[in-house]
Amino acid sequence: MSVLVYTENWDGKFKKLSFELVSYAGKVAEMMGTTTTAVTIGEVSDDELKLLGKYGANKVICIKSDNLKNLDSQLFTNAIAQVAQSEGSKVIVIANNNSGKAIAPRLSVKLKAALGSGVSQLPLNLSPFTVYKRAFSGGAFAHVVLKTDVKIIALTQNSFDIAENSKDVKIERIDVQIDAPKTVVKDVQKQAGKLLLTDAEIVVSGGRGMKSPDNWGPIVELAELLGGATACSRPVSDEGWRPHEEHTGQTGKIIAPNLYIAVGISGATQHIAGVSGSKYIVAINSDKSAPIFEVAQYGIVGDAQKVLPKLVDAVKEIKGK
Amino acid sequence: MKILVCISHVPDTTTKVKFVDGDTKLDANGIQWVINPWDELSLTRALELKDDASTGVKSVTVAHVGNATTEPTIRKALAIGADDAIRVNAEPTDAYFVAAQLAEVVKKEQFDIIMCGIESSDYNNSAVGGMLAEFLDIPSVSAVSGLKIENGQAVITREIDGGKETVTVPTPFVAIVQKGIAKEPRIAAMRGIMMARTKPIKLYEPVAVESLTEYVRFEMPKPRAACKFVDPENPKELITLLQNETKLI
Ligand SMILES: Cc1cc2nc3c(=O)[nH]c(=O)nc-3n(C[C@H](O)[C@H](O)[C@H](O)COP(=O)(O)OP(=O)(O)OC[C@H]3O[C@@H](n4cnc5c(N)ncnc54)[C@H](O)[C@@H]3O)c2cc1C
Ligand SMILES: Nc1ncnc2c1ncn2[C@@H]1O[C@H](COP(=O)(O)O)[C@@H](O)[C@H]1O
Repeated sequence: MSVLVYTENWDGKFKKLSFELVSYAGKVAEMMGTTTTAVTIGEVSDDELKLLGKYGANKVICIKSDNLKNLDSQLFTNAIAQVAQSEGSKVIVIANNNSGKAIAPRLSVKLKAALGSGVSQLPLNLSPFTVYKRAFSGGAFAHVVLKTDVKIIALTQNSFDIAENSKDVKIERIDVQIDAPKTVVKDVQKQAGKLLLTDAEIVVSGGRGMKSPDNWGPIVELAELLGGATACSRPVSDEGWRPHEEHTGQTGKIIAPNLYIAVGISGATQHIAGVSGSKYIVAINSDKSAPIFEVAQYGIVGDAQKVLPKLVDAVKEIKGK
Repeated sequence: MKILVCISHVPDTTTKVKFVDGDTKLDANGIQWVINPWDELSLTRALELKDDASTGVKSVTVAHVGNATTEPTIRKALAIGADDAIRVNAEPTDAYFVAAQLAEVVKKEQFDIIMCGIESSDYNNSAVGGMLAEFLDIPSVSAVSGLKIENGQAVITREIDGGKETVTVPTPFVAIVQKGIAKEPRIAAMRGIMMARTKPIKLYEPVAVESLTEYVRFEMPKPRAACKFVDPENPKELITLLQNETKLI
């Protein structure tokens, strides 16, 4: 039986998302009275693989193949499907991130397994198997019954707390029969070493109310002091004030940090669609009636230019800088 | 080269949704339906490629799985500039069902590039594109933010964590698109609207496919605690509150 969890690795390393996925899969396995197997693709050291045992994996399978060096959604699907079949997995857990979205739908067809994506809680019920998922871009949530024998859950990043649950983990390294990839990577442009917006637990974000790209200094400084990342609204990235990677919202990145600080952002539904999963929202806006205050738990009505420097000073003080 | 753009029909993105029948169904009352924003951008990019003679793109078709009430959405795509359209005459019950229907269309009509959006703004499944590719056993590239055709070959930019990759795949393939694929959606001009009236919408009857999922209930997001306002003259108080109440900083 077992619950299978696909844990991507980044140059042989796992990150918080991986532990969230394993913690979640471990809890589902507990609900079902079965064990958890994690699967990853690439070159990963024994020590790194063992980390997954700390969060509840009973077994970790590491697939190595020269044909699986770059993401080819067809081949990754085949490899994971082979493991799911040999493990007899009834539930497969995967991240609802870029690579998860590339793989999960294909896996659903390959295994004829119902897919629940954008899931943010443990299953509501095992029979019928019901998941809780995001719908209407955060405007609602849906209870969805996965009707097939095998089920796939695509879990939203930062929606499930990691929990230590040490297991005596067994490591298995396997080769799978895989064709040559059809996806050929010609060029990679990567910004190394920067905290990814989707991984950040604190995000400081600016909107058109910041007035000019020259005013971004305190936003960047605040994010740095808090160990977070910076984001922006769509018009700001459209204007070229900030890079496109920072655009959050329905048509940009969908993020769910613990703390989202929105400065000079009105709070249009399309913007909120990208940040409504945040645990806490703070708004700084000169207009008391801005819709952002309807979703914020903390607010300051005031001019960002005046408020931000004081906030930066206050954070410096508590951080002892 | 022939391009197919799969379009879904969704409530306007500013809609505050409500549910009826014991929270089991969307209240369609007063909803304005639009082309899913991603699909509008896919269509725009497909038309840009067709406008450039060097790409060899000869036609842009749109396909939609939906009942007759969705025809205005299809006409709008034709008005924007699609050459023709296909509608599979069925209520879309889930992503698996929709993808299976689209797969039949592609098998019959043969396209080189199939474009789908990263997600529909209503059910946020992010599923149809990948499922369609798997049904057809062809490659799919996800998180596509750029699509060019150079010397008859598709050159794709895809987003990866913290960067971008340029990749190629042989045709036919499914491109699952996101931000960057086109700047602004193309809008229908008067001439386009007139021409759309006479453009063909081919009707397909659905094939028998079961759906794998069932939406049994909807709920609104949990209400958030009311906003606590802090004096703008004393922002330090905000930091104190965040420290004490959220324990995040
Ligand atoms: C299909 C579609 C998809 C979209 N997708 C997205 C998306 O993904 N993300 C997104 O962000 N938007 C998206 N939008 C756009 C969205 O509708 C809004 O236009 C946008 O979010 C507004 O950005 P903003 O809040 O920065 O600017 P504005 O709406 O101009 O708001 C600026 C705010 O700053 C405040 N302000 C002004 N001066 C000051 C000051 N000195 N100090 C403090 N506050 C000040 C104002 O009171 C105002 O509330 C989309 C729109 C459509 C139609
Ligand atoms: N009913 C439909 N008819 C045609 N294409 C669809 C339909 N539903 C979804 N799609 C396509 O699949 C993409 C992703 O949708 P989804 O998997 O529903 O989130 C959309 O952007 C469309 O390209």
